[in-house]
Amino acid sequence: MGLGLALLTVPAIARTVTDSAGRQVEVPDKISRVFAAGPPASTLLYVLAPQDMVGWVRAPRDTEKPFLLPATRELPELGRLTGRGDTLNLERLVAEKPDLIVDFGSINDTYRSLADRVQTQAGIPYLLIDGRFSNTAAALRLLADVLGVKERGETLARATEEIFGQVDRVLAQVPADKRPRVYLARGPEGLETGSRGSINTEIIERVGAINVVEGLRAKGGITPVSPEQLIAWAPDTLITLDRGFRRSVAQKAEWQPVPAVAAGRVFLAPGLPYGFIDAPPSVNRLIGLTWLLHTLYPDKAPGDLREQVRTFYHVFYQVDLTDSDLTRLLDNSGG
Amino acid sequence: MRTATVFVLLTILLVAMAAIASGIGPYHISLPTVLDAILQRPFGDGSSPVDTVLFNIRFPRVAAAGFVGAALAAAGAAYQSLFRNPLVSPDILGVSTGAGLGAVLGILLGLPVMAIQVFGFIGGLVTVMVVATLARALRGGGDVLVLVLAGIVVGALAGAAISLVKVLADPYNQLPAITFWLLGSLAGIKASDIAATAPLVALGLAPLLLLRWRIGVLSLGDDEARALGVNVSALRIVVIAAATLVTASAVAISGVIGWVGLMVPHMARMLVGPRFDRLLPAAILLGASFMIGVDTLARSAARIEIPLGVLTAVIGGPVFVWLLARRRRELLP
Repeated sequence: MGLGLALLTVPAIARTVTDSAGRQVEVPDKISRVFAAGPPASTLLYVLAPQDMVGWVRAPRDTEKPFLLPATRELPELGRLTGRGDTLNLERLVAEKPDLIVDFGSINDTYRSLADRVQTQAGIPYLLIDGRFSNTAAALRLLADVLGVKERGETLARATEEIFGQVDRVLAQVPADKRPRVYLARGPEGLETGSRGSINTEIIERVGAINVVEGLRAKGGITPVSPEQLIAWAPDTLITLDRGFRRSVAQKAEWQPVPAVAAGRVFLAPGLPYGFIDAPPSVNRLIGLTWLLHTLYPDKAPGDLREQVRTFYHVFYQVDLTDSDLTRLLDNSGG
Repeated sequence: MRTATVFVLLTILLVAMAAIASGIGPYHISLPTVLDAILQRPFGDGSSPVDTVLFNIRFPRVAAAGFVGAALAAAGAAYQSLFRNPLVSPDILGVSTGAGLGAVLGILLGLPVMAIQVFGFIGGLVTVMVVATLARALRGGGDVLVLVLAGIVVGALAGAAISLVKVLADPYNQLPAITFWLLGSLAGIKASDIAATAPLVALGLAPLLLLRWRIGVLSLGDDEARALGVNVSALRIVVIAAATLVTASAVAISGVIGWVGLMVPHMARMLVGPRFDRLLPAAILLGASFMIGVDTLARSAARIEIPLGVLTAVIGGPVFVWLLARRRRELLP
């Protein structure tokens, strides 16, 4: 009896997929329920196959919901897998009966062993996909192939390559000494940032600008900086993710010597439903590239930014933005 | 109430808690199904969802909670008696902070999960060795106060190093892992984790249990203990080593969980009195029951996992104040 039941519940194993970590993962032929292990994976899964999502790592906020497909807005918040100390309960994950778990991000031994553990413990195939920005098109194709939505994956991968290609074409016209010197001001005081090569700021280098923050740390995340150091770096452009900072920077005495503030070149990166610069560092950064291209090289960037944003949201997020949605999204005033 | 009766009741409590916890979880399994799954286990192939949840996820977790609770409570009782101070917890010599530092370094270096646990374990042991060496160098090897002060200093340094690692970590993948690890959780426990930890916990608990009479004598004061023929400094080293071993083993699989080692010995003392030979087994039984209860709450009360360190603090704080208010005098060993 027990044996018979067990046989009935074994999913039909159809093929073996090699993930970005080189792991051989057996995945069922037909996949209709997928769990994303963290925010970057959640975004990747959303753009490819929103109908397959079993839930969110973090449920969308009310301000984000209009920018997401109605069917996904009320999916439950399930938490995340991070190794020891997940906010997601494995029993709850099993209860959701996903056919596949997917993670998108750095590939190292921690994530490799975590994937192996969860896979053996919960009996659910677990796929690791390399999350480097330059790997975006390949990541879209890999997951689309596994999920059986090859055509959609190809559309999005082509769109991705087109955006990267557009950036390269514009950059070819901008000599090195005309590239802006950018500082990414994070946090309410604008005094947190990422050094060159950090996952938080790699988009700045991809768009040909110079991240003024150097020599702090080659890899990894956010680091605090002093106003004094900032004045010494003298960036001519500030990008911020914080509305409050954008609003108040013109009044802050210690920021006045910074060339970008004196010239009024302080730009607020949009963030609905996902950040344009990072947060999470996933496919959402593609529209950030387009936005940066128009913001940093207004004379060289081809086409109309509003229409390009509208198209990106239509193609990737499958939502049609109204004019007022677009205005709200691209509002740079900080108000 | 007679002590024997108390022990019988504590044992029944532990068995009952384990049984109840095995039947509760976000994946609903009715009690008959649980029993059926256990009875069918030798005959089935263990691949149904119910088997997966029970044998791969829930039972290992209940067992781990029991081990961790017993270990922390025993270490707390031992340290409290050794230092003759009721406010001492297993972390007093920096074990948890050192283990935390080892583990977050492992996360920063991107090591496999098992290696992160080993790093945590080694971090705890190394910290206590540094503390002991420092205390000896300050010519206070036998002086409890110097030892505790050295523990505070080294623990604070390890805490600063943890903060540095957090600043260096990748904010999307590593930082959440570090944050949650430091708050304590049994969410990812596997049966193999218990197989690796249980012998170490047992190895540490054995000398404490075997020497419980002598350790009790130690709480009378060094001179009295010497007069009764106890080798005070040797015994102290054994107790510190054993309590450190069990704490580091527990922290290595559960992350940092506060309050249990401080509070549970006090609860045990209310039940069986301050005599260490009775206190230690009572604390072990009560600690295991308590942790199983808290962990069941952590995995069932909300849709997401509640960190154990948060729960033990929320429960521990008020309970400890209540204990203090009720039995102020009897709390002192």
